[in-house]
Amino acid sequence: MSIFVKDLTVTLGGVPVLDRFTAQFPRGGLGYLSGPSGVGKTTLLRVLAGLQKADSGEWELPRRPILLFQEDRLFPGRTALEQVRAVLPRERWGEAPEYLALVELDGAADKLPGELSGGMARRLALARCLAAGQILDADWYLLDEPFAGVDLDRAERILARLRELDKPILLTGHTPQLARLCDREIELT
Amino acid sequence: MGKKVWNALVPALFWLGLWALGAHLVARELVLPSPLAVVRTLGELALTAEFWRSALFSLGRVLWGFFLGSALGMALGALTAAWGWWDRLFSPALRAVRTVPVVSFILLLFFWLPKQQIPATVAALMALPVVWRSTRQGLAAADPQLLEMAGHYALGRWRTFRLVRLPAALPALCAGWETALGLCWKSGVAAEVICQPKWAAGTALQTAKAYLDAPALFAWTGVVVALSLALEWALRRALKPWREGERA
Repeated sequence: MSIFVKDLTVTLGGVPVLDRFTAQFPRGGLGYLSGPSGVGKTTLLRVLAGLQKADSGEWELPRRPILLFQEDRLFPGRTALEQVRAVLPRERWGEAPEYLALVELDGAADKLPGELSGGMARRLALARCLAAGQILDADWYLLDEPFAGVDLDRAERILARLRELDKPILLTGHTPQLARLCDREIELT
Repeated sequence: MGKKVWNALVPALFWLGLWALGAHLVARELVLPSPLAVVRTLGELALTAEFWRSALFSLGRVLWGFFLGSALGMALGALTAAWGWWDRLFSPALRAVRTVPVVSFILLLFFWLPKQQIPATVAALMALPVVWRSTRQGLAAADPQLLEMAGHYALGRWRTFRLVRLPAALPALCAGWETALGLCWKSGVAAEVICQPKWAAGTALQTAKAYLDAPALFAWTGVVVALSLALEWALRRALKPWREGERA
């Protein structure tokens, strides 16, 4: 199913974050949501993921969305491999290295969060999100700045692999080169 | 000799010297025995089976009280952190336990329990509110962002507890256990002094006092302090990997 929002209004602490926002995200392919910081991209993804209530508007949301949070939210004291295993059932722990390889972290399986660079931690959070989405049979992947701190070449390679997953994906970011690699771009102003 | 050894040795020698000087000036063994007299008495005591039996039984009572109080404290801490109703029910009672003087408990327990069981029970009662409070505070300290993520990724109760709540609770829990262990020693030995169970450091202290045997009184106090420090050291060592896991 496609995602559709009309006149979506969200206020946080009395401050309007999204004001009568209207957009349609067709199912399939990669969608890129761009716009300046603070414009409401994260809030929109949280509404789409069912984690934030909207004040008014009409919408048709995904049934089983999975969100990559804006923050890495890694488990303290757990290695990269354990972070991914944490969202997999025990009988599928063997798949964890594949998710690490997908984000080019196969050499960092035994590293703790404190030993990872910002970009590595971001990629690990992405790997965990993808694994959780697979387990929960997500029908939409909502990725909030998945490539923050990741160099462009690597981001392009990972984006190509995300396309191969053949799942509807909506991601946010500030990189025009990545936006051009997606099927459509929606700018939030 | 390393700097660490010097840092430990110099203060110890200073206080030992001060004690020896004080004993020399007072010149009355009943008031302040010399370190040498205390060590001599300790050596004599250590040759008897009663000494080791008393020390071991005291250690057992304190440990049993500590484990019992900690287990109950953690269970109540988890209950009261999870459900506000349990918190309203138990909080006043646990606050009361924390403020009631230890001697009142000891004397009250005389009516309810055989005297051999009182020291461990008192130690457990002292550990319980401390561990309860640290468990409750620790569990409440879980990162709301991690909890939201765990919920969204459908990790389930057990994994959320193991990966989010427990690591967040560990610093407070470790501090609570260390405090509780010290309280268990103080209260457990105080209960032994009053209850006089058959084999106990507290009973030996009371006997030394009755016979005006100041060196024995000092020696037994030293034994209790040494046992307490040894247990504290063992607990710190046992908790070290947990603390390091939390920091990583």
